Amino acid sequence: MTDLFLAVLMRDLRLAARRRIESLLPLVFFVVAVSLFPLGVGPEPQTLRQIAPGIVWVCALLAAMLSVNTLYAGDHADGSLEQMLLAPQHAVAVASAKAAAHWLVSGLPLIVAAPVIGLLFDMSGPALRALVMGLLLGTPILSLLGGLGAALTLGLRSGGMLLILIVLPLTTPALIFGAGAVGAVESGLSAGGHYSLLGALLIATTLGAPWATAAALRISTE
Amino acid sequence: MADGTASLLRAAGLEGQRGERVLFRQLELTLARGDVVWLRGPNGRGKTTLLRLLAGLATPTAGVIEFRGVPLAKAGAPWRRELVYIGHANALKDDLSATEALRFIAGLRGRSPDAKAVHQALTRLGVADRARAPVRTLSQGQRRRVALARLALPDPPALWLLDEPFDALDDVGITTLNGLLAEHAARSGAALLTSHQALSLTDPVPRVFDLNPFVVAS
Repeated sequence: MTDLFLAVLMRDLRLAARRRIESLLPLVFFVVAVSLFPLGVGPEPQTLRQIAPGIVWVCALLAAMLSVNTLYAGDHADGSLEQMLLAPQHAVAVASAKAAAHWLVSGLPLIVAAPVIGLLFDMSGPALRALVMGLLLGTPILSLLGGLGAALTLGLRSGGMLLILIVLPLTTPALIFGAGAVGAVESGLSAGGHYSLLGALLIATTLGAPWATAAALRISTE
Repeated sequence: MADGTASLLRAAGLEGQRGERVLFRQLELTLARGDVVWLRGPNGRGKTTLLRLLAGLATPTAGVIEFRGVPLAKAGAPWRRELVYIGHANALKDDLSATEALRFIAGLRGRSPDAKAVHQALTRLGVADRARAPVRTLSQGQRRRVALARLALPDPPALWLLDEPFDALDDVGITTLNGLLAEHAARSGAALLTSHQALSLTDPVPRVFDLNPFVVAS
């Protein structure tokens, strides 16, 4: 199982390294989308500080959804996906590896960029820490659920839009607790409860989503 | 084998569908050790569907498929380790080199072949000079050769299911593939393949399996 997981993960990372510009697009989207808000809402620092966590989270969510819809499309088109499903090990290893690769390539850079964005919005130090902590626990959930959506909508026309409609409702708990953690810290409370809930969500998604994704992949390739 | 049969793969009462349409019914097929079988049938009558069913990529609506007497659903990992399926698509990633792409696909079976074995396989197929080139720069025929190089790796699986393997191959490529099929049959492997052109393989002479008697009139 780990052999297959590592083989798929290393291949996807290698492919991402070969297509650097394409791999950076989610990050660029994230930064551009976030920086639109001060232009739309106005430069009032108090307002911006208040809405910053929500904006960062919503933009991270959208960046993940837009980048995840091609997660299986390429492998499906060139026949690699069939070959991976024919491997002796269970397809759950493929689903986990693809989600892990997606997180490393498009989730992790967002977490690195988030504090810089937070500074632009004049967020305080503790609030920034809470934002990063929340994203660390939350973005893997987005990759896992996004992978499930990508597998379900594989081969459909307008699959990209459908994926977003299927997955966005499932990601709302992560959004609520992730942005809520920053809110709690800013009002002087502990964010421990929010982290615990995010952690629980992450564990539940890690245990459940790859199995569902593997089943969806089998159905999509039939 | 306890029952004394040399049958590797057996399909009985098999029904194949594409979408809502039934393509063939009551199909009986046995692949024995040392068999090279040429699956024939007109376009759109379910050759690819049959290969995908036999590979376990799709579930039949009726009938059973057995690998060494065990139904596919229960045959699990040992059966998948004994199978190579090469479809219409070559399953090579454009941005990987020919060597990397071949290693990845071959490694899915369990252990990754070492660099020397991969190089030898590519040499056998006549694409060793393009081993480091990205797949995207290869011609259709060269891609097919890289995909088929899996068959030239050491310790090949016992059962080959090949969908139009001769597609895009030139005369030299066809001779090489014929050689691989002959060797495979000689070490009592089995191969089922489709081809629009008549097979030029003479040793062993491929058994013809005609899909027509099982085709459901539309």
